[in-house]
Amino acid sequence: MSRRMLSRSLYRLQNLSRSSGLSLHNSSIHSKHALLHNRPYANTPPRATSGSSLNQTELAKFAAIADSWWDADGPFKPLHVMNPARLAFLRSTLCRHFGKDPFSARPFEGLNFVDVGCGGGILSEPLARMGASVTGIDAVEKNMKIARLHADLDPVVSSIEYRCTTAENLVEEQMKFDALIASEVIEHVADPSEFCKSLSALTVSNGATVISTINRSLRAYATAIVAAEYILHWLPKGTHQWSSFLTPEELVLTLQRASISVEEMAGFAYDPLTGQWSLTDDIGVNFIAFGIKNSQ
Amino acid sequence: MRPAFGSVNEPRISENQLPPLSCSIIEHSGDMSRLIATIRLASNIFVPRLATRTFCTDAPEKLNDVPSGSHSNKEPNDDEGLPQHDIAIVGGGMVGMALACSLASMPLTKHLSIAIIDSNPALSNGPVIKKDDPPDPRVSTVTPATISLFKDIGAWEYVEQHRHAYFDKMQVWDYTGFGYTRYNARDADKDVLGCVVENKVLHKSLLSCLQNKDIKNTIYPTRLSSISLPTRSSVSSAGASASNISTKNLANLAKLDLSDGTNLYAKLVVGADGSKSRVRELAGIKTTGWNYSQSAVICTVEHPTENFCAWQRFLPAGPIALLPIGDNFSNIVWTMSPKDASNHKIMNEDDFVKAVNHALDFGHGPRPESRVFGGDVISSFFRPDVTSSVHERFEPPPKVLKLASDRMAFPLSLMHANQYASKRVVLIGDAAHTVHPLAGQGVNMGYGDVSSLLNVIADGVAVGSDIGEVTLLKKYEADRKTANITMMAVLDGFQKAYSVDFGPVNILRAAAFNGANVFAPLKRNIISYASGELRLPFLS
Repeated sequence: MSRRMLSRSLYRLQNLSRSSGLSLHNSSIHSKHALLHNRPYANTPPRATSGSSLNQTELAKFAAIADSWWDADGPFKPLHVMNPARLAFLRSTLCRHFGKDPFSARPFEGLNFVDVGCGGGILSEPLARMGASVTGIDAVEKNMKIARLHADLDPVVSSIEYRCTTAENLVEEQMKFDALIASEVIEHVADPSEFCKSLSALTVSNGATVISTINRSLRAYATAIVAAEYILHWLPKGTHQWSSFLTPEELVLTLQRASISVEEMAGFAYDPLTGQWSLTDDIGVNFIAFGIKNSQ
Repeated sequence: MRPAFGSVNEPRISENQLPPLSCSIIEHSGDMSRLIATIRLASNIFVPRLATRTFCTDAPEKLNDVPSGSHSNKEPNDDEGLPQHDIAIVGGGMVGMALACSLASMPLTKHLSIAIIDSNPALSNGPVIKKDDPPDPRVSTVTPATISLFKDIGAWEYVEQHRHAYFDKMQVWDYTGFGYTRYNARDADKDVLGCVVENKVLHKSLLSCLQNKDIKNTIYPTRLSSISLPTRSSVSSAGASASNISTKNLANLAKLDLSDGTNLYAKLVVGADGSKSRVRELAGIKTTGWNYSQSAVICTVEHPTENFCAWQRFLPAGPIALLPIGDNFSNIVWTMSPKDASNHKIMNEDDFVKAVNHALDFGHGPRPESRVFGGDVISSFFRPDVTSSVHERFEPPPKVLKLASDRMAFPLSLMHANQYASKRVVLIGDAAHTVHPLAGQGVNMGYGDVSSLLNVIADGVAVGSDIGEVTLLKKYEADRKTANITMMAVLDGFQKAYSVDFGPVNILRAAAFNGANVFAPLKRNIISYASGELRLPFLS
């Protein structure tokens, strides 16, 4: 989908929810809500006892390969290779939002970020190098051990606080952050809508939320599942369930209901010649969204 | 292809030449370092920031007061007290210093703490270059791309204060008298084709530039002995020794042992230590290459009037080049067999001058006075697109009057490192590739490496990468390897084409000369390629 088409549909969605009156607003949300909950994954896994939006089978899947988080040629290679593009998006949107100097080596000095579903910390560490005080959380305890060990290898990032907990638990502790990043996480949670509400509760008013995930498109099925898992073996088979992907429109709506308005979106494109990912307007497969929490 | 003119590697200063002065500097700063070491133990956060002083606060003009690395030999187990740097540049030559300067001038990289390891005393107390000194025989032909790098980092103004010679014309011809090509900067809409600068001027300019920058850098006036690199599974190995937090912090860095007993840690080790790179050897990076059975003789000569053109004539044994270096001086780069080279090095001055004039003009064959391939016919065929220089007549090169420097001779070879980057190690300049000095591209390829590595490091800093991470460094390798190999293949092809003295080949060569002379797009491409602005001339 082209960027223009996206912004048009975004505009339409916003118009729907804003100007068309309460009833229409609610009905559109209800239908979307129903759609989200009718998807198979939401019913199958037992909910975590703490009322978490996490999916237990997904957790087991990641615990099995936690050791290899920092192996740049291991099962997490796609994330390593995609990292510079994700961080470039984070850098440009967050510098602009917080009015920071984009030419500074540590533009996020003085801001506190939370990296939800941080895994081995491959996104938390760069954010800490860029000056942010980072809290990384992940529900897999093994991930947290790996992340802690790795962060201690570099004094600049050893200040990261890693906690084996869930977003919901942080909400209960009434933690608040300037910016929240949930990268490649929402497609693994049991209830995206509850998850987004927790994310919203963790950010300060006018704070930033950045979410990256995979589109529920046919192209995503062909590339992110068939190609990446079965042909190229970039990812272990079964890493992703196509049905648990969210389309950009669904993500925007879900976030909007959690009082986060999406301001900017970009896609990721893979160049097979250079083996590098770059940002693009095409959000047909992998995409990343930046939103701001509405001030209440 | 731009003909001419060698950039010549500076011979390394051998270790026993390390002046006693440098040693006393180390002793002098010993107390200071111990104090710093104490602060470090207490703070444990981003040590290098505290550890180094900047040049501009303490030593505005001279380098005698170089802050040197701390000596922690007495506490070998206490690695926490050792200096830590972001980047350790091994080799403070023309390329290594350019990297240091360029890192210091980019907003995203100027915070990095840099160590320069080189025993060359010129780094700490180099002699002032006097304007009326006779020119050094070791010169480089810098291309417009290199000039713009120097301008970006603020070093070109220092070059311009010393002797340098821009040239806007170039004439290349062949001893058979069949063909010649004249290049003019106007053909490519440029002001100059390049500039000839003595290596010591380039080096000194970079040093002065570095001294005037407000950055954290430390010069270690010694040599590299060994490097300990982190193992691949650093997470699990650190886990095993997790009891000691202080050493765990360092387990993922490269540790450098220097020959004076100093140790330091760095996130990235840059090998800028020339064709016999110790860094390359220690990192286990293999090379591919061969020797040409040729040597180059270099020297400075004087002639009656100032020269603004670069001249190159292809002789049976190899090319001879005459490069303007300002005033009435020019530089000679003359390729010949190793035996002839040693003869020419020791023969008396008058005989040598005679031999040079013989080689440059009347020896071996006639001047290409007229166009054997009907240059006018060809040029009228390409009439709409001929360049202005096509009608320029062949000019004889200036007559050399006398020798103005010592003669030096060195063997020619081609060498290319199989990899430019591995974990925490990267190679630049001659450490990664050495070429035939035929087209003066050696040092320019090195400066191309500097620009590329600088951008890769800046991109890495921008997205919060660990700058020693191999996935980041491989981007530099991918960027430069293609460019360098293409250039090396072209130069090697030239060398081979001109080392054959056989009738039909000579005629083909002459045809190529004449073709290059009249066909404007080709000529523009050749100039752009040799200027370092175009990367793949024949594929673009």
